[in-house]
Parts: sequence; structure tokens; C-alpha cells
Amino acid sequence: MAVTLPTERPTVDASKAALHAVAGKRDRRARRLMAALFLAPTVVGITLFTLIPIVASIVLAFFQWDIITKPKFVGFDNFAAIGSDPTVRVAFLNTFAFVVVAVALQLAVALALAVLVQSKMPGWLRAFFRSALFFPLILSAASVSLMMAFLFNQDFGLVNKVLSIVSLPAVPWLTSAGGATVVVVLVYVWQNFGFSFLLFVGGLASIPRDVYEASSIDGITGWKQFRHITLPLLSPTVLVASVMAIISALQIFDQPYVLTRGGPGDSTRTAVMVIFESAFQQLRFGRASAIGIVLTLIIMGVTALQFRLSRRFVFYQ
Amino acid sequence: MTTTTVSPTSMRSGVSRTSRSRRTLSPGTIGRVVVLGVATVLTLGPVLWTLWIAVTPQVAGAGQTRFGLSAFADVFAKVDMVLLVWNSALVTGLCAVGQMFTAALAGYVFARIEFRGSRVLFGVVLATMMVPLQVTIVPVFMLIRGMGLSDTLLALILPAIPTAFGTFLMRQYFLGLPAELAEAAAIDGAGPFRTFTSIYAPLAMPGLAIVGILAFNYHWNEFFRPLILTVSEQNFTLPLGLVTLQGNLGTGSVSTVLAGVVLSMIPALVVFFVGQRPLREGLTAGTSK
Repeated sequence: MAVTLPTERPTVDASKAALHAVAGKRDRRARRLMAALFLAPTVVGITLFTLIPIVASIVLAFFQWDIITKPKFVGFDNFAAIGSDPTVRVAFLNTFAFVVVAVALQLAVALALAVLVQSKMPGWLRAFFRSALFFPLILSAASVSLMMAFLFNQDFGLVNKVLSIVSLPAVPWLTSAGGATVVVVLVYVWQNFGFSFLLFVGGLASIPRDVYEASSIDGITGWKQFRHITLPLLSPTVLVASVMAIISALQIFDQPYVLTRGGPGDSTRTAVMVIFESAFQQLRFGRASAIGIVLTLIIMGVTALQFRLSRRFVFYQ
Repeated sequence: MTTTTVSPTSMRSGVSRTSRSRRTLSPGTIGRVVVLGVATVLTLGPVLWTLWIAVTPQVAGAGQTRFGLSAFADVFAKVDMVLLVWNSALVTGLCAVGQMFTAALAGYVFARIEFRGSRVLFGVVLATMMVPLQVTIVPVFMLIRGMGLSDTLLALILPAIPTAFGTFLMRQYFLGLPAELAEAAAIDGAGPFRTFTSIYAPLAMPGLAIVGILAFNYHWNEFFRPLILTVSEQNFTLPLGLVTLQGNLGTGSVSTVLAGVVLSMIPALVVFFVGQRPLREGLTAGTSK
């Protein structure tokens, strides 16, 4: 597109080219203006509502501050509280345990259902199952938790009604530590497995059919085919799905907040619930920031791990 | 493989034709459909049960239930449903439109205009996607207070309008559109702004629909930010209002709360039936390069 004028060309062309050069210069200025104008809302917004808050959060994590009195520098005390304050420590341990159990369950259910849905069946059935199974994903976690609180109600909930039909005793789902933990995991997985399911369906659909045909001819079918053909070829998707599920599970809040408010005792308290309670109920803004930063560092660590693993263990075609 | 010259594609279509003409389902397929059916019952069952309880409220004192819409009338009487829905609709609508607008503009520039530092800037925008909401919420709360916006709907809308994810999505979308269109437009004398408004923006509508639907779904459902950024009930959004209602009523009027839950699911249902494809594409966008 560079404008160089060969001198032999007739003058009409030359003037045209000169015109283009002028237009090009004007365009370049217009494009610069456009870049500035178009980027302004996003760049200013992200700076104001994400970048500055991150920096503020890091600074705040080293102070003790309740909005009313002057902030007091406390060094690493707020970070130390994660280990020393029993409630915060329990909340982090709960979160880690929750991530392990919920993510494993979510991925297993999603993968199994995705494999089934992508197997041979009439097209309309496949479409129906695919839609139905990701439906919970688009509902509000708060509404779902309200619904599930009634479903798991000890006296009139559907779950205990079903249990009584097979003459099992009513379980105090939300009023016992064990029961509440199980319910939070089940409700979370019920709502979120659809996301991993969508990823797996996409991943499975991108595996070429020829691979299966070839392996079937060689007599590799069923579980063997899944183990040695499907799973290795699906490993990039499995990695992405695991990382996204872990990141999302680390931030669990809505379900335990609505279902149990973290109880009974501290049995369903999570890291984000402690951020919420520290900041907006106990006015310990420094501590809330410190917990948030630790959570972010964990998330960044998981993401970094994904990048390293994707280079080493995953088979790309 | 063999001496025949059948291409893989024609072989594949041949296989599917025979399997379709067979009509009857194999036992394996039936088994798989049964398992999927059970999973579907477990997935949709709780929602259908909720709907059932909502339309069969307890008759006061009688210990019986009666079919009817009285629970829905009840939820309108006990909470200001109209206000909750209006607040949710306003916040959700403005967030969605705002995100579509800012994401289209920024995404276009990141896709089409290179300037010094543009890659670094885009990298920074992308990196903010990794930052969880809970880390920035305390400073954002302070900022909103400083701006004099505490306990207003604007406190929910304003911080949600810039969108790193939407910008990323729109950049990818614009990169997928042919660059030659811009050259053709330039030859016809259109300036950069004209090229964007008359050519690229209309072509990007499907991408914008994805950004809009995702934003709508996310903000209609969100609970954490409204819980923190709004204080008085007149500024509550629907999920927050329902949780408060449950707290106030205890477990006394199950049907009333569940009627509210059913109402809150209606927009999600509409999105599900109208925009399922863009929703599915958008939810999984950004997970594969």
C-alpha cells in the first residue's frame, strides 16, 4: 500500500496517487483518534474498577482498617490470620476439600454424560439431552439454592419423601454438618456440571470419526477404545475443563450462603464467605483483602500450572 | 488402504445412511438413552417439583393443598415483586447494552488497529479476566461510596460495563471477518469510522448477540454484588429479594417463596429457548484458541 510514484506514469495517475497519499495520512490520523475514542470506555473502566482496586487491595492487605478509624499498618498480620484464626483456617480447608470433591464429581459426571450423548442415537434425542443437561447452568445460583433448601428440607422435602418410600429414616440434611456439606456439594455440582459437559461435548465432536473406525477395525471397542483412543485425544479438553472447574469452585459463595449461611458451626463456611463476613459484617477490610489476594494467587497458580501441563502431558493431533 | 477410491467423507455418509435406514435401536443405544434419561430426570426434576409446589399451595390451617395460582398472588402481596423485577431488568438490560457497546468498540480496535503498545494493552485487559470479583469488591465498594453511589442501581451497573471477556470475544469475532472489506471501503472513499459503522459493526451482530446474552444471563442471576452494593430493599434485585423473602417467612409459606423462584427463572427460560446456540457458543468461547 506504500505510495511510490513511478515518474513515467501519466500525470492523472500521479495526482490520483497523491490524493491517496493525502487520504492515507488523514486516515492514519483518523485511525489513531478512533483507537483512542473506542478504547477509552474499556480502558478507563478496567483501570478504575479492576486495576486500581487490585493495587488498593494489595495495599489494604497490610493494614488494619474499619473505615471509621485511621488505617494502621500491621505488616503480614492479616495473612497470618488465615493460619491462626480458626474460622478463616477452617474456611480455607473447607474450600480446598470442596474443590477436590466437587470438581472430581463434576468432571466425572460431565464426561460420562458427554460420551453417552455423543454416542450413536437419533439426532433429535441427542439435541434434547444436550439442552436438558445444561439447563441448570443458566439459572441463578441463589434461586437454585432456595429451591434446593426446600427440596432437602428435613420435614417436607422431596428427598426425604423419596427416602421414606424406601423406608429410610429422614436425614437432617441442612441441620447436620455432614448433611449440609453433602448438600452444598450436590447443589453446586447439579448446577455446574453442564459447563464441563458442554466443553466435553465440543471436544468429543472434534475427534475425527476415522480414528474410531480404524480402531474398531482393529478390534478396539468399548472401554478399551475410551481408555486408549478417546481419553488421550480428549486430554486438551480435560485439562481446560479441570482448570476452569477448579477456578470456579474456589470461588463458591452463593450456594452455602443461601443454603446454610456457612453452618452448622463452620462446616460449610468457604473462603469467599469469610471475605464477605470479614469486610461487610466485621468491618475488617484489611483481612478481607488479604484473603482475597491469597485466593487470587491460588487461582493464578492453577492457571500457570495449566500452561505448563498443556505443554508436557497433553497430546495434540 | 484398499484399491477402491472411496474418500473418507463418502464412506462416512454411507455408514450413517445405513444406520439411519435400520430404524430399530440397538440394545446398547437403549441402555445409553436410559442412563441419559435418568440424568435428565435428576436435572429437570427439581425444577418441575418446584413448579408443582408453587401451583399447589397449602390451604391455611387445613393441612391440605389446592391447585391454583394463589402463591403467585401471595408473592406479589408479600414483596414488591414489580419493583424487584424492574430493578433486575434495569440493571441487567443496561449492563448488557453497555457491555455490547464497549466490547464492540474496544474489540474492533484490538482486532484492526495496531499502535505502539496495543499488544501489551490487550494483554493487560486479558489478564484482568483472571482476577476474581471477590478480590476487587472491597476497593470497588469504597470507590462507589466515594462517588456517592452507595445503595443505588448505578453502583451495580457502572462497574459492570467494561468487560474484558466481551472485549476478547469481540476481538476474536472481528478477526474472523475478512480484512479485505476495509480495503474495499477505503478505495470507495470511506474513512475508518465509516468503515466501522457501515461495514464491520453490522457484520458483528451475531458476536454482539453472544456478548449480550451472556451479560443478560450473568447479571440477571448474580447475587454477590447486589448483596454487597445495595442496602435498602427498594434497590434489591430479584435473587436478593427472594433470599430476603425466605429469611423473613422462614419455611412457613414454601409455595410463596417457590412461586418467586419460578418467576425468577422465566427470563432464563426465554433465553434458553431463544438464544440457546449463542449462549452455548459464548459459554465455551475462550476455552479453546
